[in-house]
Amino acid sequence: MSVKQALLALLEQEPMYGYQLRAEFEQRTGATWPLNVGQVYTTLTRLERDGLVAGAGSDDEGHVVYRITDTGRAEVATWFTTPVNRTQPPRDELAIKLALAVTVPGVDVGTVIQQQRSATMAALQDYTRLKRSGRAPASSDGADLAWTLVLDSLVFAAEAEIRWLDHCEARVRRAAVERAAQQRPGTPSEGAAAPRPSGATS
Amino acid sequence: MTRSTDVLQLTGVTRVHGEGATAVRALHSVSFIASAGELVAVMGPSGSGKSTLLTLAGGLDTPTEGTVAVEGRDLGSLRQAELARMRRTSIGYVFQDFNLIPALTAAENVAMPLELDGARTRKARDAARTALEEVGIGDLADRFPDQMSGGQQQRVAIARAVVGERRLILADEPTGALDTETGEEILRLLRARCDAGAAGVLVTHEARHAAWADRVVFLRDGVVVDETGSSPVDALLEPGLTR
Repeated sequence: MSVKQALLALLEQEPMYGYQLRAEFEQRTGATWPLNVGQVYTTLTRLERDGLVAGAGSDDEGHVVYRITDTGRAEVATWFTTPVNRTQPPRDELAIKLALAVTVPGVDVGTVIQQQRSATMAALQDYTRLKRSGRAPASSDGADLAWTLVLDSLVFAAEAEIRWLDHCEARVRRAAVERAAQQRPGTPSEGAAAPRPSGATS
Repeated sequence: MTRSTDVLQLTGVTRVHGEGATAVRALHSVSFIASAGELVAVMGPSGSGKSTLLTLAGGLDTPTEGTVAVEGRDLGSLRQAELARMRRTSIGYVFQDFNLIPALTAAENVAMPLELDGARTRKARDAARTALEEVGIGDLADRFPDQMSGGQQQRVAIARAVVGERRLILADEPTGALDTETGEEILRLLRARCDAGAAGVLVTHEARHAAWADRVVFLRDGVVVDETGSSPVDALLEPGLTR
């Protein structure tokens, strides 16, 4: 996650100190990606070293306040005008697990799929409950809108995962039917009652 | 076994279409409960038996084996007239394609089940207007279906499904023909009706919609293969707590 760019973008609003930056970040994203304040200060130190932010003295309570530099502003502008890199897909444990499940003998792929589908559905129910209990979807408050969009992103990702699992299940079952047909030469594969694939849950 | 809160109870329900070699078993030994205040989603690919389950629950079809009980009454033991009355007074149906009568206004569509049940016209129309207000379109009571958007028509259909204090709402892909945001409003409404005490069954193949339910039941080849329950949220913090 681009903590660096996110903090820079927040500083573009006004100079802030570490705790303030964390609060502003979490207000927009819920507690979806919790930031610890140590991480915030480490990042600020690195940004200062690279000339993207500069110390702006202390406030009345002694907090060290940071402001963005012109170089920092240019970095934020570049971030917003460049698409997130998708050429290297992030490592996906579920995809790897299924790729192995369909090739390693003795794994009940149907059960692997269904267990995951239930778990992802439970998460999707949680997100939806948060949406329902949350603030008005059409709220004009910027932070509320930001949080709603983050939540929607989680909803769409979970939905996509379930759709992909449905697709995997259909493919696995079809493959099992085709294999069974090949193993019985002389029997018409079309029109005959297909045996239930052993890997399917039913 | 039956609790008073169990509005819909299917016990060991099997439904076979056709006979002999061409027989197709749409549902096999399915037991299923929907309680008052609960929305249950039924998910599965086409051919999994989810629509069959809904037509059986609504008394539009009868099981080959097993029983379907609504508010404690076994639908199989009812005479035709009693069953028809039950469908008008206890069970509300919401379809993907709305199924409104084009020649009747919104209020007339909603009042229809009450009038068929013998309610006086005036009383039925008043109840219909109240139901339309509850789904947020009281001002459209005198419009005809073709003068309304898809989302508005589905709101009318929901009003028709709940008018007269019906306690069981059966919805078959109710958001199928609507865009995502309108679909979400419809689910919000269904959810609100269940929170107000109705039992709801939502058949869908969309995970995002099923997620509005308290429980999700997965059907495959006519068999319930899994179920996700509901538990309070603690996976994510409430937004704003960190302010």
